[in-house]
Amino acid sequence: MIGLKVIQPGIFSLPQDSGRFGQHAVGLTTGGPLDSNAFRWANRLCGNGVEATAIEVTIGGLVLESTTTTQIALTGADIPLTINKQPAALWQSHTINPGDRIELGFATAGSRGYLAVAGGFQIDPIFNSASTVPREALGGLTQDGTPLQTGQLLPCETVKDSRGCQAVPRHLVPDYGNNSALLRVVLGYQQEAFSNLQKQVFFTSQYAVTESSDRMGYRLKGSKITPSIEGILSEGICLGAIQVPADGQPIVLLNDRQTIGGYPKLGSVLSLDIGKLAQLMPGGTVRFEAISVEQAHNLLALDQHQFLNASLESTLDGTPDGTLESTAKSSKP
Amino acid sequence: MSSPQQTISIAGENSLIVYFGDKPGAAIASQVAQTAQQLRESLSQVLIDLIPSYASLLVIYNPLQTDHNAVRKSIRHALSNLTDDENNESNKGQTQGSLVSLPVYYSTESGPDLQALADGAGLTIEQVIAIHQQTEYRVYAIGFAPGFAYLGEVDPRIAAPRLATPRQKVPRGAVAIADRQTAVYPAQSPGGWNLIGLCPQRMFDPNANPTMPVQVGDRVRFEAIDKHIFLALGGEL
Repeated sequence: MIGLKVIQPGIFSLPQDSGRFGQHAVGLTTGGPLDSNAFRWANRLCGNGVEATAIEVTIGGLVLESTTTTQIALTGADIPLTINKQPAALWQSHTINPGDRIELGFATAGSRGYLAVAGGFQIDPIFNSASTVPREALGGLTQDGTPLQTGQLLPCETVKDSRGCQAVPRHLVPDYGNNSALLRVVLGYQQEAFSNLQKQVFFTSQYAVTESSDRMGYRLKGSKITPSIEGILSEGICLGAIQVPADGQPIVLLNDRQTIGGYPKLGSVLSLDIGKLAQLMPGGTVRFEAISVEQAHNLLALDQHQFLNASLESTLDGTPDGTLESTAKSSKP
Repeated sequence: MSSPQQTISIAGENSLIVYFGDKPGAAIASQVAQTAQQLRESLSQVLIDLIPSYASLLVIYNPLQTDHNAVRKSIRHALSNLTDDENNESNKGQTQGSLVSLPVYYSTESGPDLQALADGAGLTIEQVIAIHQQTEYRVYAIGFAPGFAYLGEVDPRIAAPRLATPRQKVPRGAVAIADRQTAVYPAQSPGGWNLIGLCPQRMFDPNANPTMPVQVGDRVRFEAIDKHIFLALGGEL
């Protein structure tokens, strides 16, 4: 087998494809990349469809050694990347040769990086998806939800570089720098159980990301909001749902959320903003802004249009072996 | 006929939730199951997934292919087609779900909370075991963990609150009671329900087809087996 050998797995590195869909009936969550925007760009840079399997690297520390010729790209958080000890730019594809060592440092802004490879990592799906969900013990290289381990081989195809290296246009690269985000919210679910005053408190307050935040949900801390009801019959939970338990501190439920739950919910964070939230480190801050479902649909359509119509740029300063240049420049193009 | 209690609310940018009432029960469980089945067909391409639960159905659609008004229309249509399962023989299979029988080895050996539950209820262990088997349960929801089916409703005589301190490890197959719900743990996990026995049948097996022996809306009966049969069926103590 050929591929990228895991020399060091890093802090928490998980193979993810676009997610596990259609399995809620047996209680399975969706998994998939927390920052779906960074994920799709990583795949696009490698010439993949947006559903190909890439590695979600939380914080960093992943070290790989290639046994083949291919291309890789790292997007997402500002994680210093080197190829054979030479700094390499993020949001851009690089040619990799057998024996090349790909090293990720630790994030300086943001917290989730996405490492894609040409053709996608070849990982057998379980329930139609390679996405790793540790809580459910499903997916990933060993199909049992285990994060990457030292010594494993991430299988990929040999891809001779015929397109040259490419980069995401600078204006489309997100800035994860200030550890804060504005999250747009479609009101829904039990929103009527939150009085106008409670909603005003919610939408005018700043909330901080706590340490108890993970792929299941981000627990926030700030002004307490109190619904008029304490619990509900357990019901289905969608991505981004904002749940308010008895302590009045909101929790935004993410990709590995449990599929049903009985806490009152105010609505759901727009999917386009989930990645911004998931890139925050503990202590990062968020504010919320209400939008209508029609606005949400327009924003989604616009985003899709922009992604499909954006052109990648050829990297003129890349050398044929992909070890770059100007690489002295920051990981952000 | 559909009842006026049903409401459709927005859940998020790609989800609507249908509420069928305030209290779970057999009639509502069958309405949830019927609506889910109809929407699977009528929404097909634009449907991403459904989450049926006690008295609600979350409908997740692809917002790049449709919008919430069109999905609402499909939901209203499905609701207007709901039949009253008591009065419609032809729909019985669909609305009442399958009847699934699950074997249970009830004992203090396999159910460490059986004695305490019996004591708390002022019953003998034998009475608790008999009462647990008398009810035909409905699968109200599946969630919490893969394959975890919430069954209701437990006879009030043997309903018991969750343990004050949840266990770190509840074994796979543990048959448990919490308030008026009962369940079989599909895998070893932490848990705070009262354990009264063990079921040798796998409730969730990724390699099996179907993955689970039950789905939401099905009916479940428990049947006592002895230790010998439990072990013969592959049970482990």
